[in-house]
Amino acid sequence: MRRLRSLALAVLPLAVALPLLLGLRAVAGPYLTIVLLDVGVNVILAVSLQVVNGFTGQFSLGHAGFMSVGAYTAAKVTLGLADVQLAFLPTAASDAVVFAGALAAGMAAAALAGLLVGLPSLRLRGDYLAIVTLGFGEIIRSVIENSPWLGGALGLTSLPLETGVVGVGLAVVATVVMAWRLLRSTQGRALLAIREDEVAAEAMGVDTTGYKVRAFVISAAFAGLAGGLVAHLIGSISPGNFGFVRSMEIVVMVVLGGLGSISGAVVAAAGLTVALELLREFQAYRMVAYALLLIVVMLARPQGLLGTRELWEPWRRRRTGGAA
Amino acid sequence: MPARLVELLQHLVNGLSVGTIYALIALGYTMVYGVLKLINFAHGDVYMVGAFSGYYLAGRLVPERAAGAPPPGLAGATLQAALVTLGAMAVCALLGLAIERFAYRPLRGRARLTSLITAIGVSLLLEYGFQLQPIRGLPVAFPPGPTPRFFPELLPRADWSLGGVSLSNYDVIGLAVAVALMIGLQLVVYRTRFGTAMRAVSFDPKVAALMGIPVDRIIAGTFALGSALAAAAAILNAVPRPQIHPLFGLLPGLKAFVAAVLGGIGSVPGAMVGGLALGLAEELVAGYTASSFKDAIAFTVLILVLLFRPDGLFGRARVEKV
Repeated sequence: MRRLRSLALAVLPLAVALPLLLGLRAVAGPYLTIVLLDVGVNVILAVSLQVVNGFTGQFSLGHAGFMSVGAYTAAKVTLGLADVQLAFLPTAASDAVVFAGALAAGMAAAALAGLLVGLPSLRLRGDYLAIVTLGFGEIIRSVIENSPWLGGALGLTSLPLETGVVGVGLAVVATVVMAWRLLRSTQGRALLAIREDEVAAEAMGVDTTGYKVRAFVISAAFAGLAGGLVAHLIGSISPGNFGFVRSMEIVVMVVLGGLGSISGAVVAAAGLTVALELLREFQAYRMVAYALLLIVVMLARPQGLLGTRELWEPWRRRRTGGAA
Repeated sequence: MPARLVELLQHLVNGLSVGTIYALIALGYTMVYGVLKLINFAHGDVYMVGAFSGYYLAGRLVPERAAGAPPPGLAGATLQAALVTLGAMAVCALLGLAIERFAYRPLRGRARLTSLITAIGVSLLLEYGFQLQPIRGLPVAFPPGPTPRFFPELLPRADWSLGGVSLSNYDVIGLAVAVALMIGLQLVVYRTRFGTAMRAVSFDPKVAALMGIPVDRIIAGTFALGSALAAAAAILNAVPRPQIHPLFGLLPGLKAFVAAVLGGIGSVPGAMVGGLALGLAEELVAGYTASSFKDAIAFTVLILVLLFRPDGLFGRARVEKV
């Protein structure tokens, strides 16, 4: 019964979202579609980063690195299987299946990268993680730039444009459901315990390193998903898309929304994406604005927009203190 | 001399020259970490600001020489170089004080993550603030914008060849200045009242405060000292390798951090040894294998250190207590 319930809770949101997304696809014009896709990808990135930075209280600065692992893996899969036609399916459905497989491969590759990076660095204090992940992002970029197989600095082009409103929407729902279910699980409790006090958590028998690594792997996998979606949204990827600036963008969204709040991350990701879209002329000042935003938020409201609360529970001071 | 030995010696010379730069930057990380238990993320960018303040100062002090005019006397050039270096150190010391005062001090006592995020913010602000277009109406073109600038030649370059190993006066001067600064720092840390207070704060800030040590002032002084060393490193690096731009502090900053971790973060001699070791390791690995992966070496070293000796060469293992 329990198992059935959790399965229903995982599948139900997707089933509800699907018709809504199909409707949205029919209604949205081309410009709105582009903005919506952008918002969706950023929401996936912000919510997945929230798992590490918000729930677990670690600080990763290399989210774009995992994104690039997912993007390149997925791109390689779709390019390699471009001519494959599954015999028992019509062309469009066959392409969609290949695309889904490519996204899954991207997630798996990104998760593996997360494991490789997390295992050594998560045994230590949080600040090391920030630097190691920052370095990891740079290494990934230089490896891609130096590998002709991955297109070098120019990147990969002419990828099939498979990403649409429905795909991104389902991925967003899946990410949010994942974060939500994770937070309410034993695993999530352990992560919150690590965030609140690592020493105490360890004393209570929480395998801190193990849980941190698991959180890191989950977060990396969903970053990889976002990467795969982005690759097939623009149709081309290059190492420049996944630099430090991209990682910082995601960090700013998470910090602004409130470390630990899923809805905060969603709101901040959507808000910042739309704001950037409206302020395109001021591109040059974007990073300076991010920097000031980080400093000012930390000085004036370090818990971010929502803190660890969710949008619909403004009255609760701290979720972690509750007996829910 | 056999060719292989010459090659090895050449790599050692180059490695030492880069290693002293890493060591000087690493000192700033390690000292700030010692007193605050905070990784000053913006330290690499202070180094960048040091190079640019040297650039602007040199632009004022060393006027463009007309073609064919006699070169300035050696004494005059040395004086100018010293003034530029000291000026850049002073600018960075002030910058360090300002960063500490406005970005870190208000957050002292709050969650560690808060200071880390602010530090990242300061770092981004310097990196991208310097990439904006110059403000009109200033006597110098500031901010410098994203295009690389060329650092002026402060001293005439002289190249020597010792049995096939090429060596320039820049290498010798760089090494001499770096060693002098490190000896000076050692004296400050172990022989002065300020140094004693600094070590006391690093040992236990609360007890130090109870003993009447002005903790805030000591922390500010530590920032100033570390930032001045970063500026000196920047000038020493920018004279032989003159291309400077707003993002060029990022990689040396990260590598110097690795050097500090390698030596044991919080340990002053550790930072020096770690910097030299990292410089040599980078040069030797790049020299004998593929140079395109030079930048990845530092991170490999970091991961190995974290796996096998997380407290570094000179660090003491400390168990975190409640």
